[in-house]
Amino acid sequence: MASATASTPVRDTGLGALLRHRTVHKLLLLALAAAITVPIVNAKWASGAWPDALTVDLSEPLGKASDWIIDNRDSHPLFVYFLGHVSNAVVLSVRGVYLVLLAAGWAGVTAAAGVIAWRVAGVRLAAVAAAAFGVCGLLGMWVPTMQTLALMTVAVLASVLLGTALGLAAGLNDRVFRMMRPVLDTMQVLPAFAYLLPVVLVFGIGVPAAVFATVVYAAPPMARLTALGLRGADGGVMEAVASLGATGRQRLLSARLPLARKELLLGLNQTIMMALSMAVIASVIGAGGLGDRVYQALASVDVGQALAAGIPIVLLAVVLDRVTGAAGERLGAQTEDTSPLRGWRGWSLAAAVTLACALAARFADRLEWPTSWVVQIAEPVNTAKDWMVDHLYTGVPVVGGTADWAAHFTTYVLDPVRDGLQGLPWWSLLLIVAALAWVIGTWQTALTAVLAMAAIGVLDVWNASLDTLSQVLAGVAVTLVLGFAIGVAASRSRRLERLLRPVLDVFQTMPQFVYLIPVVALFGVGRAPAVFAAVVYALPAVVRITTQGLRQVSPAAMESAKSLGATNWQVLRQVQLPLARPALLLALNQGVVLVLAVVVIGGLVGGGALGYDVLAGLARGDLATGLVGGIAIVCLGLMLDRVTQPTERRAKKGA
Amino acid sequence: MRTRTRVIAAAGAGAALLALSGCGKADMSKQASPYANAAGAKTVTLSVQSWVGAQADVAVAEYLLKHELGYRVDKVQIDEIPAWDALSQGRVDAIMEDWGHPDQEQRYIKDKKTIVPGGDVGVTGHIGWYVPTYFAKKHPDVTDWKNLNKYAKDFRTPESGGKGQLMDGSPSYVTNDKALVENLDLDYKVVFAGSEAAQITQIEQFAKQQKPFLTYWYKPQWLFKKVPMTEVKLPAYKEGCDADPAKIKCAYPHTPLQKYFNADFAKNGGDAAAFLKRFKWTEADQNEVSLMIADKKMSPEDAAERWLADNESKWKAWLPK
Repeated sequence: MASATASTPVRDTGLGALLRHRTVHKLLLLALAAAITVPIVNAKWASGAWPDALTVDLSEPLGKASDWIIDNRDSHPLFVYFLGHVSNAVVLSVRGVYLVLLAAGWAGVTAAAGVIAWRVAGVRLAAVAAAAFGVCGLLGMWVPTMQTLALMTVAVLASVLLGTALGLAAGLNDRVFRMMRPVLDTMQVLPAFAYLLPVVLVFGIGVPAAVFATVVYAAPPMARLTALGLRGADGGVMEAVASLGATGRQRLLSARLPLARKELLLGLNQTIMMALSMAVIASVIGAGGLGDRVYQALASVDVGQALAAGIPIVLLAVVLDRVTGAAGERLGAQTEDTSPLRGWRGWSLAAAVTLACALAARFADRLEWPTSWVVQIAEPVNTAKDWMVDHLYTGVPVVGGTADWAAHFTTYVLDPVRDGLQGLPWWSLLLIVAALAWVIGTWQTALTAVLAMAAIGVLDVWNASLDTLSQVLAGVAVTLVLGFAIGVAASRSRRLERLLRPVLDVFQTMPQFVYLIPVVALFGVGRAPAVFAAVVYALPAVVRITTQGLRQVSPAAMESAKSLGATNWQVLRQVQLPLARPALLLALNQGVVLVLAVVVIGGLVGGGALGYDVLAGLARGDLATGLVGGIAIVCLGLMLDRVTQPTERRAKKGA
Repeated sequence: MRTRTRVIAAAGAGAALLALSGCGKADMSKQASPYANAAGAKTVTLSVQSWVGAQADVAVAEYLLKHELGYRVDKVQIDEIPAWDALSQGRVDAIMEDWGHPDQEQRYIKDKKTIVPGGDVGVTGHIGWYVPTYFAKKHPDVTDWKNLNKYAKDFRTPESGGKGQLMDGSPSYVTNDKALVENLDLDYKVVFAGSEAAQITQIEQFAKQQKPFLTYWYKPQWLFKKVPMTEVKLPAYKEGCDADPAKIKCAYPHTPLQKYFNADFAKNGGDAAAFLKRFKWTEADQNEVSLMIADKKMSPEDAAERWLADNESKWKAWLPK
């Protein structure tokens, strides 16, 4: 499908003709190179799969490295003087935040959430925030919610510090910026599961490892947006400030950072979102909190209980997203606040309210959430799930059951794609990757893509990777068809968009573990449920970007097309879609990265291939299997990212 | 000038970090969870494995630790091998049910001496291949591995391609199935469900439709009460026949399940350690609790409470005098 998106835009404009010209040149050049190298390569290593002669077996060195770490963890200076302290500092800070939250009690925390939201984002969001915390308590999840919140606070703070530092360096220095870009790109396409194992090996199971893994995952958006904000500072303003004789530091503090605050806030928002999604994945390595509740419910196949722990995560995400988002919009609006409660007066009132609530609860001896206020939702949810499974799994008249669909999908889509990919000679796949990446990007992106693909072969996981790739391709295809359809519909109706928003929020933030069981119950064990889970996860981002892209098409262009007598359909196809091309390409790119991230988790429902390798490595402490699988996933991610990456680098990631 | 400021700033930051952490050695082997001892109470941290039998052990132990001995109990869900590592680091105090990990025993018990054995759980575990009893009744000869090839087509699924499907579960569980299929020349493909939850869901789904299936499964397990299954006889197990994983050609052994403790906890754990050492019950006991948790969807705490109410004489004997 990447080739389809590559060829659609070149249609009518003069630029298109030129582009086509350049494309032809690139392809001719590539064909020439292939004509020379392929016969030689083929003569030497003729086979479908990657030749054994070109592989490296890493299992022995990796096994030794893992043994070394375990044997020296208690004595080596690197651990006792450095990593041990890092680990202790994390434990202490998480513990500190946790104790403060417990001391404030449910009333204090809920009140604090309400008044902070009120100061930052207004009355409506304040009500939403307070209500969200109330629901966490009602679901009987108060203590795990506080544990997750404590872990999140520390992880987000660390990510913001690290991200801002990196972003400052990259924003002020061109060379650092150039060096850092590929690193940040790579960090963002890494599926989190892939690097849990090395982190666990160093820090052991538990909170420090979880915080560390979260920081790796959540710091890049902060760094990227900080750099973007600093570099985007208005040239005129900067010149004016410089002409006033300001020093470098003054320029930074008085002009650049304030000008970039919108980007900084957006970075904070993205970082929080990513950290929350990691909170659940980190439960696999003993992070505790809500994620652990979801994970334990999964073990006894209890969807209701998993949902009860999943809802607080969604609520936390929605509240934090809306509040930071609203803060960003207020900054942009630049309206002068004239209410009597502006500035420090409002904040001291907020602090007083919080303190009063906390103390009231303490004196009423109601510090802990009362058990009589807990609503059990597990049973009705499980009943609903059972009904769904009984009635949809098989034998629905005309359309067949979900099990039949899954079987057809596996037999007629997944199998042929996988067998096709595995049947292609290895060098031809490299050529295809090179051609796609070069046509859509530059020779550098093409080179990265080819090298990433070759690395997979060298690591000797060629067939497993192609199996995973086939699942990703199938998942992306389904995601794009659904996502574009829904996105086009939503771009034409404000009401539909409003209706969709909460649904998309839920899909995007609900921990994937929650729907793994229903997915198996509906589609059986295998690759089909893994792909389906990935589609659910990736769909919201694709829908959002598509809607936004189509909306941004200039109304004048559409009006003039309509005045020329074009039908709605013609306007969409010939004006809107081509003009929204960058957004659509970004949607494709995001779809690919997100689908890949979940196909890995699909290892938990029988997806097999690389996802299974990573899980097995984690479960057995087997660094060789796990890390090689993880690296292969990263390489696949890099390759797919480069192949689908528009020439102009996107400004921000995520929807 | 600018570089110098930066160097000074960096050095300052480094010094601050050191000062913050106390300049000394950090002990990686003594790192409790930040959530432990939050209310100033004594805490025991137990690792919970993903199968329900282990949850039942922990639930009963947790209840008694809390209500009879006055401890707070923290539970962490971890896979088996990482659990050994966490045990050695002091992140958890005890593993309540282990299915046999010779490599880990060698490393942590014999070499590093950070873990000590805690005695039998009282339950004997056995892994095997199972078909649903409704299918075994109709085709009695399916219960011998020699006839499995005859039935391969009955066990076919979209995932297994042209072969029969042998469903395995979580990657963390002990399995020789891939080698067995190959060495016994079976026309089967091992499909990993990837998690026990997925495997149970699929088995229940098959059972609802009375479909034939062949699965890796183990005893004791509560699911047998809901979906009766019959074991398929593999070539008999003899001591040492599973020594070389690649050449394996025999069934799985019967393993008396074990408890393991962090060495420090075993020595200084007081009443909690003494109690956990004496904790020992039967397969029937464990299944009773497991079934309440997994099938009746009771909370582990309620399930433990109900069992304890009916079996007072048993658990009184576990408490330290």
